[in-house]
Amino acid sequence: MAAKDEILFDHNHDGIDRRGFLKCMAWAGTGALCVLEGGVLRSYALGHSGKVAKGELAFVQISDSHMGFDKPANPDVIGTFKAAIDKINALPLEPEFILHTGDVSHLAKPEQFDNVEQILKSAKTSEVLYVPGEHDFVGDDGKLFLERFGKGSQGSGWYSFDKKGVHFIGLVNVASLKAGGLGSLGPEQLEWIEKDVKHLSKSTPVVVFAHIPLWTVYPEWGWGTEDSAQALGYLKKFGSVTVLNGHIHQTMQKVEGNVTFHTACSTAFPQPKPGAAPSPGPMKVPAEQLRSLLGVTDVQYKKGQHSLAVTDSPLG
Amino acid sequence: MKLKWIFRAALVGLALVAFSAGAVAGEKTPSKQITIDNFSFGPQSLIVKTGTEVTWVNHDDIPHTVVSQDLITFRSRALDTDESWSFTFTKPGTYTYFCSIHPKMTAKIIVQ
Repeated sequence: MAAKDEILFDHNHDGIDRRGFLKCMAWAGTGALCVLEGGVLRSYALGHSGKVAKGELAFVQISDSHMGFDKPANPDVIGTFKAAIDKINALPLEPEFILHTGDVSHLAKPEQFDNVEQILKSAKTSEVLYVPGEHDFVGDDGKLFLERFGKGSQGSGWYSFDKKGVHFIGLVNVASLKAGGLGSLGPEQLEWIEKDVKHLSKSTPVVVFAHIPLWTVYPEWGWGTEDSAQALGYLKKFGSVTVLNGHIHQTMQKVEGNVTFHTACSTAFPQPKPGAAPSPGPMKVPAEQLRSLLGVTDVQYKKGQHSLAVTDSPLG
Repeated sequence: MKLKWIFRAALVGLALVAFSAGAVAGEKTPSKQITIDNFSFGPQSLIVKTGTEVTWVNHDDIPHTVVSQDLITFRSRALDTDESWSFTFTKPGTYTYFCSIHPKMTAKIIVQ
C-alpha cells in the first residue's frame, strides 16, 4: 500500500481510526492487470505510471460491480464501473481478456446484468469471462446469470480454458449455500477439478478464479470456502498456481508454497477490514472523497518470481 | 314435518357458522417482529405461539433473505433496505433459518 493512499489524521475528531479506514477505501473500485511472463503472474495497479513488463499474456480482473446498488456508500456504481473501464482502456498493454469474479449485479435483475454488459462493450479487450457471486444467484439460483454468462459451462457454472500455455479454471462457490456455512464448491465440482487438471504437465501455470476467497480470510464474516483445501490439493503438483477472488471488496494477498492468493477490489463500494466493524456492510465516506479513495490494482507474471506483486492506486 | 325439521337444523347450522366467523374476526392474529441489523437477526431466538405471524424487517444497506434451514418450509425474496417479509407459523416446532446470501447469519423461531 502506497503511503499516499493513507490519511494519517483524525480530522473529524470522531475517534474513528481513519487511517486504517481510508487505507481500505483505497482498495475499492479496482481492476487488476495480470501479465504472465515466463510462467509467473505479476499484478499492476491500473493507474500504474511506471513500466509494465511485456509478458506472454496480459489480462485484467474486475470484481463486485454490484450493479443496482444505490445506497449512500456509493449512489453511482455505474459511474465508478465506467471509471474502472477507463482505467483498463488507458493501460499500456491491451488485456487479452477481462475476468469478472462475481457479484456482477446486486440483485440478479435483468437490467442490472444488461448495464454491466453494455458498459463492458466499451472495454478494449476481446472477451469478458464471468464467474458468479452470491448476489447473482439471488432469487433464481443463478438461472438468469447462467443463461447470460454461463454458456459452455458445467454444473452451476464452472469451466476451464487454455490461453497461451496457461490453464484457467473458473469455479463457483456461491451455489446451494448452507445455514451457518461458508462458500462451497461441492462434491460434483471437486470431482470435475480433479479430472480437469489430471492430464496437465506440472510446469503448466494455473490460474484459478472464483468469487468467494478460496482461503480462509475471516470465517466469522463468511469470508472463506469450506472445501477449498480439497480443490487446492488437486493443484499441489503445479509449480505456479494463482488464485484470484473477489467478495471481500479489498485487496489481500497470501502466498502458500507455490500458490499465490489474491483478492481484488470492488468497483462499487468498500467493505471494512476483517473484524474492524460490527459487520461487513458497505463503508460510507463523504461523497467528495469516494472517487479519490477508490483504488486500482494490477497483476503481472514475471520470470523467476512466484508471488504476485500487487500495487494499489486511487481511481479519481 | 320432516322438512320443517331439516329447515330448523339448517337455521341452527347457519347461526353456528355466523357465530364462529364472528369469533375469528374478533380475535387478533398474534404477530412478532424480527429486525435485521449489522448482518444479524434480532432476537436470535424467538418463542411464539402457534398461529403467530412473524415479520422480518431489513435495516442493513445490503439485501438479506429469510430461508428455513430445510430450504422448503419458508423462503423469502431478497429484502432490500427497509423491506419486510412475513410468515405465519401454523405448526409447533423449532425452525432454524438463515440468510441465503450471507449464510453465517442464522437464528431460530420456537413455535409452541
